[in-house]
Amino acid sequence: MHWNSLADFLAMGDHGLYVWGSVVVTALLMIAEPILVVRGRRKLLLRLMRQYRAEGVDRRDHRQPTTRRSPA
Amino acid sequence: MSHRLINWFRYASPQTFYPLAGKMIPWFWMLAAIFGLTGLSIGFLLAPTDAQQGEGYRIIFLHVPASWMSMFIYLVMSFWAAMGLAFNTRLSGMMASALAPTGALFAFISLWTGALWGKPMWGTWWVWDARLTSELILLFLYIGFIALQAAIDDPRRADKAGAILALVGVVNIPIIYFSVKWWNTLHQGASVSLTKSPSMATTMLWGMLLCALACWMYSIAVALMRARTIMLERERHTDWVRTLLAAKE
Amino acid sequence: MLLLFRAVIGRDLRLAMRRQADVVAAMFFFIIVVSLFPLGVGPEPDQLRKLAPGVLWVAALLATMLSLPRLFADDYRDGTLEQLALAPQPLGVVVLAKVVAHWLIAGLPLVMLAPVLGIQFDLSNDALAVLTLSLLIGTPALSGIGAIGAALTLGVRGGGVLLSLLILPLYIPVLIFGAGAVDATVTGLGPQAHLSLLGALTLGGVFFAPWPTAAALRVALE
Repeated sequence: MHWNSLADFLAMGDHGLYVWGSVVVTALLMIAEPILVVRGRRKLLLRLMRQYRAEGVDRRDHRQPTTRRSPA
Repeated sequence: MSHRLINWFRYASPQTFYPLAGKMIPWFWMLAAIFGLTGLSIGFLLAPTDAQQGEGYRIIFLHVPASWMSMFIYLVMSFWAAMGLAFNTRLSGMMASALAPTGALFAFISLWTGALWGKPMWGTWWVWDARLTSELILLFLYIGFIALQAAIDDPRRADKAGAILALVGVVNIPIIYFSVKWWNTLHQGASVSLTKSPSMATTMLWGMLLCALACWMYSIAVALMRARTIMLERERHTDWVRTLLAAKE
Repeated sequence: MLLLFRAVIGRDLRLAMRRQADVVAAMFFFIIVVSLFPLGVGPEPDQLRKLAPGVLWVAALLATMLSLPRLFADDYRDGTLEQLALAPQPLGVVVLAKVVAHWLIAGLPLVMLAPVLGIQFDLSNDALAVLTLSLLIGTPALSGIGAIGAALTLGVRGGGVLLSLLILPLYIPVLIFGAGAVDATVTGLGPQAHLSLLGALTLGGVFFAPWPTAAALRVALE
């Protein structure tokens, strides 16, 4: 272990601001990117499912127009 | 021979690639975490202080892997672009567009950490050094690629246009780098030499290599995730996506 | 093939003559942008002399951007481009002809205006000559590389802005060697090295750019 104390580690020999500034921004970006990707994917899945369901309803309607019920 | 070829192209179809990628993603995340944690602990906990730069040099463990990745991802992107143009496979274009944002991200991280490294070392956030300038131009090239693909609605056309742009870019990068370097040597205003790299202790080298490996794994994982989303979006009218989503409900 | 080449150039020039307003507007854009700089940075001759090569070259890049979106757009809209793509001659030849025509319409006027504008910046006669020469050698490369962007953004929404985003980074080497040639003359280093590299870029740009451009046009026509 190179460091004597936590304070030493955080100070980084007076370059703490620069070192931790780099670390924090890099970490934030590298965490944000996968989160954004996952969120985009979820949104897409919801949209597609809604779309398919709507199409499915349409198809059923064409086959049996009389059994259509209003959504409860 | 022909059998093997067919097998290869089987994986090039989104339908078979989608579940395969889904299975691989967690493994790449795990590897990224393992390499990243060991690399960073070596870099930030074990590596000795640098004789010239003090503790500030530790930014190198972020900066150098990010710069490598930003350049390497552009090459991989162009490789996929060339494959897409040559063999007309759907998957290639998707991979290229999935890689671009990650490449741009690393280019930005490289510039950001470079600025924060430069301030304590040379007393300025930014120097018009050949490498920094080229990195900035690389970021512009990524942004151009992303903007072009975003502006074209038809995905097939977006893929091909993007591929041509990526290939033109990859031919131009050495020319740009050379010209910027030439320009830099003539204008000695900046007067800081970046070419003198700090003498590397073995622990530093190991830390850096592990961090670079972590960035690799991270890029693959994120690119695969994004590629899967792009696949679903583009193939939404096909049966395999319908059955896949029906199973999910 | 030569016949087609000449026919395309002739046609483009004739069309440009019919729409002189566009050409004149791009020239005035160049003049105005260059004239704004002394107002922005102050009239000290020393400073202006130092700025002149960069300012004139950047203004030339921007003025070229202005006319690029129309390079293929009209032919694309009225179907001429499709006809040309179906012709037995390679599409690259057509592109090369259009690049040459574009340079004659958009590049050459800039070259002729440059010495006049250079006087505003108190450049010496030598520097003026090198500036004009560097623009003469370098502007064909701008038309050639720009054609790639014009083809890629053909019929795309927000085409003009996108075009600048794609092409301006690729112009950097031309800018460096073009402005560098003038700079080297001012500082007494001699412009030969810069000018020969600029010439190499132009040769490369004009002869290689038509192929990706033709590929991009085919993608747009699909």
